[in-house]
Parts: sequence; structure tokens; C-alpha cells
Amino acid sequence: MTKIAYYPGCTLKDQALGFEETTIAVMKKLGVELAELSRWNCCGTVYSLSSDNLMLQTAPLRNLVRVKEDGYDAVVTLCSMCYNTLKRANDLVREEPEKLDKLNLFMNREEVDYTSDVKVYHLLEYMRDEIGFDAIKKAVKLPLEGMKLAAYYGCLLTRPETLGFDDVENPTSLDKLISAMGAEPVKYAYKTECCGSYETVSAPAAVAERTYSIVKSAASAGAQAILTSCPLCFYNLDSRQKLAKKSHGDLKEMPIMYITQPLAVAFGLDQEICRFERNQIKPDSLFEKLMSPSGEST
Amino acid sequence: MKLVISKQAIENNQLDKVEEISGEKIYRCYQCGRCSAGCPMVEAMDITPNQVIHMLQIGDPEVLTAKAPWLCAACHTCDVRCPHGIDISRIMEAIRLLSLRRNEDFLAPDSLPGEVYEEMPQIALVAAFRKFTA
Amino acid sequence: MKRIGVFVCHCGINVASTVDPEKVVEEVSKHPNVAFATNYVYMCSDPGQETIRKAIEEHKLDGVVVAACSPTLHQNTFRKLITRSGLNYYQHETANIREWCSWVHKDKEEATRKAVKIVLTAVEKVLKDENLEAISVPVTKKALVIGGGIAGIQTALDIANAGHQVLLVEKKPSIGGHMAQLSETFPTLDCSQCIMTPRMVEVAQHPNITLMTNSEVLEVGGYVGNFEVKIKKNPTYVDWSKCTGCGICTKECRLEGKIPDDFNQGLTKRGAAYIMFPQAVPLKATIDPNNCLMVTRGKCGKEPKCVAACTAEAINFDMKEEIVEEKVGAIVTATGYELYSKKNLGEYGAGDIPDVVDGLTFERILSASGPTNGEVRRPSDGQVPKEVVFVQCAGSRDKEFHRPYCSKICCMYTAKHAMLYKHNVHDGQAYVFYIDVRTGGKGYEEFYDRTTEEERVVYLRGKVSRIFQDGDKVMVWGIDTLTGKKVEIAADMVVLATAMVPQEDIKELSSKLKIQIDENDWLSEAHPKLRPVETLTSGIFLAGAAQGPKDIPETVSQASGAASKVLALFSKDTFERDPLIADVDEDLCVGCGVCVEICPYGARELDKARGIVTVNPVLCEGCGACAAGCPSGAITHANFSAKQILNMVTPYLDK
Repeated sequence: MTKIAYYPGCTLKDQALGFEETTIAVMKKLGVELAELSRWNCCGTVYSLSSDNLMLQTAPLRNLVRVKEDGYDAVVTLCSMCYNTLKRANDLVREEPEKLDKLNLFMNREEVDYTSDVKVYHLLEYMRDEIGFDAIKKAVKLPLEGMKLAAYYGCLLTRPETLGFDDVENPTSLDKLISAMGAEPVKYAYKTECCGSYETVSAPAAVAERTYSIVKSAASAGAQAILTSCPLCFYNLDSRQKLAKKSHGDLKEMPIMYITQPLAVAFGLDQEICRFERNQIKPDSLFEKLMSPSGEST
Repeated sequence: MKLVISKQAIENNQLDKVEEISGEKIYRCYQCGRCSAGCPMVEAMDITPNQVIHMLQIGDPEVLTAKAPWLCAACHTCDVRCPHGIDISRIMEAIRLLSLRRNEDFLAPDSLPGEVYEEMPQIALVAAFRKFTA
Repeated sequence: MKRIGVFVCHCGINVASTVDPEKVVEEVSKHPNVAFATNYVYMCSDPGQETIRKAIEEHKLDGVVVAACSPTLHQNTFRKLITRSGLNYYQHETANIREWCSWVHKDKEEATRKAVKIVLTAVEKVLKDENLEAISVPVTKKALVIGGGIAGIQTALDIANAGHQVLLVEKKPSIGGHMAQLSETFPTLDCSQCIMTPRMVEVAQHPNITLMTNSEVLEVGGYVGNFEVKIKKNPTYVDWSKCTGCGICTKECRLEGKIPDDFNQGLTKRGAAYIMFPQAVPLKATIDPNNCLMVTRGKCGKEPKCVAACTAEAINFDMKEEIVEEKVGAIVTATGYELYSKKNLGEYGAGDIPDVVDGLTFERILSASGPTNGEVRRPSDGQVPKEVVFVQCAGSRDKEFHRPYCSKICCMYTAKHAMLYKHNVHDGQAYVFYIDVRTGGKGYEEFYDRTTEEERVVYLRGKVSRIFQDGDKVMVWGIDTLTGKKVEIAADMVVLATAMVPQEDIKELSSKLKIQIDENDWLSEAHPKLRPVETLTSGIFLAGAAQGPKDIPETVSQASGAASKVLALFSKDTFERDPLIADVDEDLCVGCGVCVEICPYGARELDKARGIVTVNPVLCEGCGACAAGCPSGAITHANFSAKQILNMVTPYLDK
């Protein structure tokens, strides 16, 4: 069993619990134990875009100090936003050592200085590079035959281009995961278009417009559900459909799922861990037609 | 409407401060507009991202009170498409910080109805408060 | 005792405001060898030069130092001047007291003191300068032109019409380049092939031009006036002395309709046996070695169908490549351009959307002799597109991801495309997304006016952010910066004005020729303003888009310009080269060969039999690298001897 440090982030323990539970179970089947960091704090959600306030980088970097404290050199995170923030903060101090020095001074109460040598993985990156989609395909017991799923990357997995784990304009890692599950990844135009992010708090109507455009694009391509790895995208795409329907009567309900939820079903795991009860739009019906290897439906 | 332009007016319009906070060069922009063309929030904005930059270039004070910077979702689509490598999302953040650092909240936490706190995930609230409160 | 004259120039206030010319004269006069010293406002002027001439005569000077601006400006002026007074050309040195002194300092006293030292250094050099004579090199009056597009064709014709032999080498089976692919040219809307083919035929029939198509330059050795080139003639597998260009083999070929046709930008497919286009020069069939079954597998059914069909018995699969060796006196590089690949533009579909095409592809669609016979139809389903979007600056003017420069021709050809589209599809609508519209040629602005006023093409100022397929439409997301609104167009077809880029193999070619390329891989000219058709390698010239993006009138002008340089070279039987080169002291040379490795010009050779190194005086450019590297001190550099340099350092060591 390989062990890797796991950084959950706040929402994974609460609204996105299904994402965490399915990931832990799925990874276990793949021979990887996700060892949650013994201590961690909020990553800060958004990466600070100002050049003159280093204090805002302490939140993400402290978590990387925790990784080293637990004896690991790498950490996996599931939430796209945590990934984006942790990775960029890490890259910043790697490229500008004087900033690292200053930040270590800010964090001088820590036992050790951070030396910018932790590798930050997103779950998809880890699956692609360390496990391999072929191995994932082999572990599938219940291929999601005939299911059409839209891979939604949003912003944070591909931008800015310095993140580097997939192509900016045409990423394929999630599409490949969907194929490995036995489902069909649909080709649609909005896979990297922003959902509106935190504007859901201050400008919900604008976000609802984005929800409409993204869902409509996936639906026109024949998608039965949209997969995402960001709890904020999940909330915007799922919960905001109600508001979107008010101005767009033609919007048909589209279930939204985290990337490991259908994977868990495909691995033959108990659907309960998906925690579909937390979805506004229930995806359960999608799985009703699947047969288990013994001939019974799940 | 008329805008009187002078070196002083441009300087008074916080151009240097925006450059300092953002780390971006405002005059590097040649107004191709591509940032606006790809922006997911542009339809809700009162001025477009390229207009934000242009108004800084010419010293138009309206840019400092525009709604546009507060609608930016920091998606970085502008950043990855700009032919001159400008990260417009940093410029938007800098303009927001001009008022946030004067202790002016854009989003007052107590202005949100209680249900918001019940149903919205932490990620949305923390992100919004980090971007919009002083 | 050598008598030196020192002439200190004021250069107006350029020197005189920071360096005191009279003080300099006073100080240098103290040197025992300075027989005369004076100062003047502008030494390069007629009266200034007259001062020098008179002084040489009156004071019986053996050498001259002019203390003034950089030698790159007037060294030759003064050297020519002193020869008129009977002195050797090389008995003059420039003391640069402008760029090296007055222009970089503020303190007058310090600057004057430094200027004195600079002048004394020059005096020390002149003292030991020897009389040298230019090296005469014979000139072979035959030119090699690399590239058979409009630039190469024009250059070749100009040189041939002046009575000299020209070898025109072209990589493809036919000459014509990209101009032959164009439908009509701006601003006159002349049919491109109609104006070009007469010249192509002239080239083929000209008694002074040897046309070698399907050939490449393999190796270039030698030097100006005496280049030795090896040219590889790639086999066509068709005996062109027998081939009549009837084209039957191209129709009979087993692979007919299977191989994307480059000339038609992949819109049509051809066989392995093909003729590039109906107006090809030479009008002969060629067999594509990468696809032909006989060539790649040694077997084509029972018998190759082309062999069976050819009544002239011209097909010959035993043909091998041929290496031709030629001696030429000058080389003109006219290799032209390619278009930046759509694959690089991920946000525009990365080349996967069939109805998003580039400029040359649209030219083939517009062309009356093209795949659609001049009717505008879109590649995916052959429908007539009613809403066409033209996107300028696709890959140009992009410092961050693509090409930083402006490709110059796109604004004009986009206007032309929009205009020709409207001529063809009367009820169609054309949109052009632009950042600027650049119309800097004769008649260009007027042409653009017609596009907007007469053809009612809608110009939208803003750069397109994304293009993607949506059903049977192509969605374009752009911006109109003038109204501040995001715009969306559901187009039937999109034409991208992609950037112009140099040939793929330009790096290889430039190192074969030993010429430079710039940071964007365009061939470097010797001086961007004043020497646009020469390279820094003597005898090698540039013409056309290989040197940078340009349109046809500029290309033709440059081609004639390059030809004129060649003709100047060929106007004499010999060519004079600078004698400031390195030599070998045979007594000191131990034959270690270190200098041979160091020499960037291949001018040095180890003579194993004699155990010493010899220098080719014509290849040596006098860079001095060998002299610095020689462990035995056996290398002498004309007028830069070790003793000279040591003497030159001395004034700097004094307080």
C-alpha cells in the first residue's frame, strides 16, 4: 500500500464529504492510502494576486510545512481551488527565494523552515502520472457502459499555464478518467469556461447565466451529467440551476457529480459513500440501469 | 462627456499604485481587447476589462468607481490569452485593493441573509470575503 | 623617425562640449613622433579633409591620427583621403574620443585627460602600422540563386539579363513559390498566376539561366567570388528529357486521390505521380518518393500503372539522386516564407475545425484554377458560406505565446479576401476582426476604403478570444472595443490570417551558408536601414520574405537590389579584400592545430606534411581569435602585432 499525504481543505469535510469518501475508497482499491495531514488549516481559497503583500501566502505555505512535518515530500489534494492556491504559492517561493526567506520569518514560530521542496499534486494528476489510467481501467468492475459524461475542468485546473499539468485550451486528463470508467466523455465547448466562482455570493444572477451556458453546452453534446473536482464549481453548476431556470425556461436538469463518485460506482463500491443526498439535482437515476457482474442492478 | 487629459491627471489616477500592487505594466497593453472577448463575466460588467486598462492609461477616474473589478472571478482566461502576457486579473485585484486597503468593504458580511450562511459552502464564502472585504 | 599628424575634431559640440580639443592638441604635441597637431570643427567636412591633406604635404607626415567619432563612420573616408596624398591606405588610425569619451562622461577635465590617452594610444598604433595592400581575389561570374519564388525569379532574371550565368535552385518540382498559389494580388487584383507565369517561362527559356528544380543546396564552401557549392538533385523518377507533361500518369496512378495536395493546401488529394499545378515550370511529372509504392516498397501491383500509361516511356524508377558541383561568385538567398501552423492556436481549434482555414487555403478556394473553380465553398460540406469571419493577427503581434512581430501583409490580404468573397457571394456577409489596419503601400489605403465602403465589410476592432465548433456553425467570440461590447458570431467559415514564418529548415541553410539569422529566425541583413540586401558574409545576399515579412512589390524591389549587388561584384574581374588578417610565423608554429579549431571561418588548415598551420588569406576575416589562442605566440595579425598592442597600452598606464 503506497501512502501519500492528503490535504482535504475545508469544504471536503462538509458539503463535499461525498468527494472525500469516494476518493479515499477508490484510492484504497488502487493501492494508495491517503494519509490526511495530522494538522492543516484553510489554504486561503483564492491565491493572492497582489505583489506587495506576502502575508497572504502564509496560509497555503503553512500546509506545506505540515506535509514535511508528517514526513512526506508530496501531497495530494482533491479540490481544484486548493490545488491551484497551494501549487501557485509553492511555485512562487521556489522561483523567488528572497520571498521564501521573508515568509519563513513570518512563520518563525514553526519548528522548521519551509524549503519549497514539496510536490503538490491534484488527484487527477496523481492518477494520471503515478497510477495510470490503464490500472484504473483494470480495477473497474462495473463499466459505466453507454453513460455520457461531460468533463468540466473549469479554471483552476488549467490556468494559469504555469500550473502545467494539462493543456490550457484542450485538457484531456479528466476525459481519460471518464473513458477509464467505461463511460463516454462528451466533446463540448465549455469545458474550461469559468462558472463564476465566488461571484455566486455577490452576483448570483451573473453566475446563474454561466450555469445556464455551461449546462446547455454539455447537454447539447449529449451529456447526462457533468463531472467536476471543485466544490465551488459543484455548487454553482448544481445549486444555481434553480435560479438559471427562472430566466431560461429551456434549461433541463443536469446532475453534477464529483469525479470520483461515478468512479466509486464503477469500482463496485456501495453507492452510499457517494452521498448523493447532498446533490440538489439527484444523479441516482443514471446508475439505475447498470448491472453488476452477478446480474443484479446496484 | 469630456475627459481632460494631462500628465498630472494620469498620475493622480493611481496608475503607479496599481502597477506596484499588481506587478503588471499598464502601458504594455495595446488594447487588442482579447481579454474582454474571453471574459466569462464581461456581459455583467459596466466597462470591459480592456476599457479598465485603457482608462488607467489615459487617467479616467471613472475606472476607480466602476463595477467591473468587483465582477472579476479571477478565472485567468484573460491572462492565458493576452498576446502581451499581461495578467489582467492582477490589475483587477489591485484596483479592488485600492479601496479595500482604505477599509472600505465591498461586501459587508452582515449584509448577507442568514440562509446564505446555511446553504453556501465555505469555499464560496471564504473566497468572497477574501476578495471583497477589507 | 616616423612623423605622425594628429587631427582633433570638435564634431560640433558632440566632442567639444566635454573634451577640450585645444588641450588635447597641446598634450599630444609633447609626443616625440607627433610632428603636427591641430583641431577643427568638423574633420570629415571638405575643409576639414583639406586641412589633413595640406598638413601631410607641408609637414611630410608618414601617418595620420584623426581623433573624432567611431571608426565605423569615417575610417574609410580618412583612409581614402590619405591615399590621395600618396600615403598607404593603412597609415591612418581613428582615436574614438566621441563614443568612447565625450558621449559617456560629464567631467570636462577628466574627459579631456582620457581623450589624450586615447589619442596617444592611436599614435602608438600608427607608429608601428605597416603598409599593406588589399588582397585581390578573382571572381567567378556565375550566380547561385536559392529559391524559385517571385524573389528568386526576379533576381535570376536581372542577373541573367545583364549577361551573366545564373543557377536557380528550387526545392519543389516547380518554381513559383507561394505567389503561384494566390488567386489575385492586392491592390490591383491582378490574377497572380497571369502576371507571374510570363516570368516563370522567361526563366525557363533564358539562355543564361540554368533551372534546377526538385533540388537542394547540400554544401557551400569557399568565399566571395569563389564559392564551391554542392547541389543535390533529388530524383523525380521521371526522365524530364522525355516527359511531355501530358499528365496521364497523374490520373492513372494507383494512389490517385489519396495524398493531400500541398499546392491546394490539402483541400484536394493527388496521386504519387503528380504535376504541381497546370502552369508549373517545368511542366513535368514528378513522383513523390514518400508515398509512391514502387519507391517505398519496391512493388506497385503487378506493374506500376504510370509506366504502363506513359507513351513517352519517361518513367524511370532506377533514377538516383545526383550531386552537382558548381563554382559561383555570388549567392542570393531567396527562400521565402511559410505560414504559422494553425495547430499552434489551441484557442482557435488547433487546426481541428475543418471550416477554420488559413490565408493560403482561402486563396486556393478563391482561385479560378483551384479545387472549387473559384466558387467560395466551405471545406466541411461544400456549402456556400453566408457569414464569413476573418481573424487578423492570428499568431502575430504576440510577444507571449507566438510571433512577436507584425506580419505586414495580412491586413491587406484580409481586405482583399473579404472583397473577393463579396464579389463571389453577393448576399454574403464578411466580418473582419482587427487590432489595427495597416495599409502602408501605394494604393493600399484606397483599396481598404473600397472594402468597407463598396463591399460593406464589417470591421470589428478587437482580437478574437475563442473559436469552436457548434453544430454546423463555427462560433467566434470576440470583442468590439469601440463600443465596449463582447460579440459573438455564428459563422459558416472562418479565415485566420496566420503569421508569416521562415522556412522550417532555415537554421540548417543559414549554417551551411555561414550567415546569421535573427531572434525570429529571419535571415539577418548587414544593416537594417542601409544594407537590407546584404549579409555580413561577403558575397551572399538576401532577397524577399526570407529576410522578413514583406509584400510582392517590396520583394521584387529587394530582388532587383540583390541582383544589383551581384552585378557590382561581377563588374570587375577581381575583388579587393581587407588585408588586416592573421598570418603564421612558421618558425614559431609547432603545428598544434588549436587555432584551426578556434577559427570560425575555416580559414586555417593544418599542413601535416610541414607540421605547421597555413592561413587562407581570402577566408580570414581578421577577428583575432586565433592570435589570442595560440600557445606559441606564432600568430601575427597585420597591424595588430603584440608589440603594437603593448605600446598602445602604455599611455593608459601613465597617470
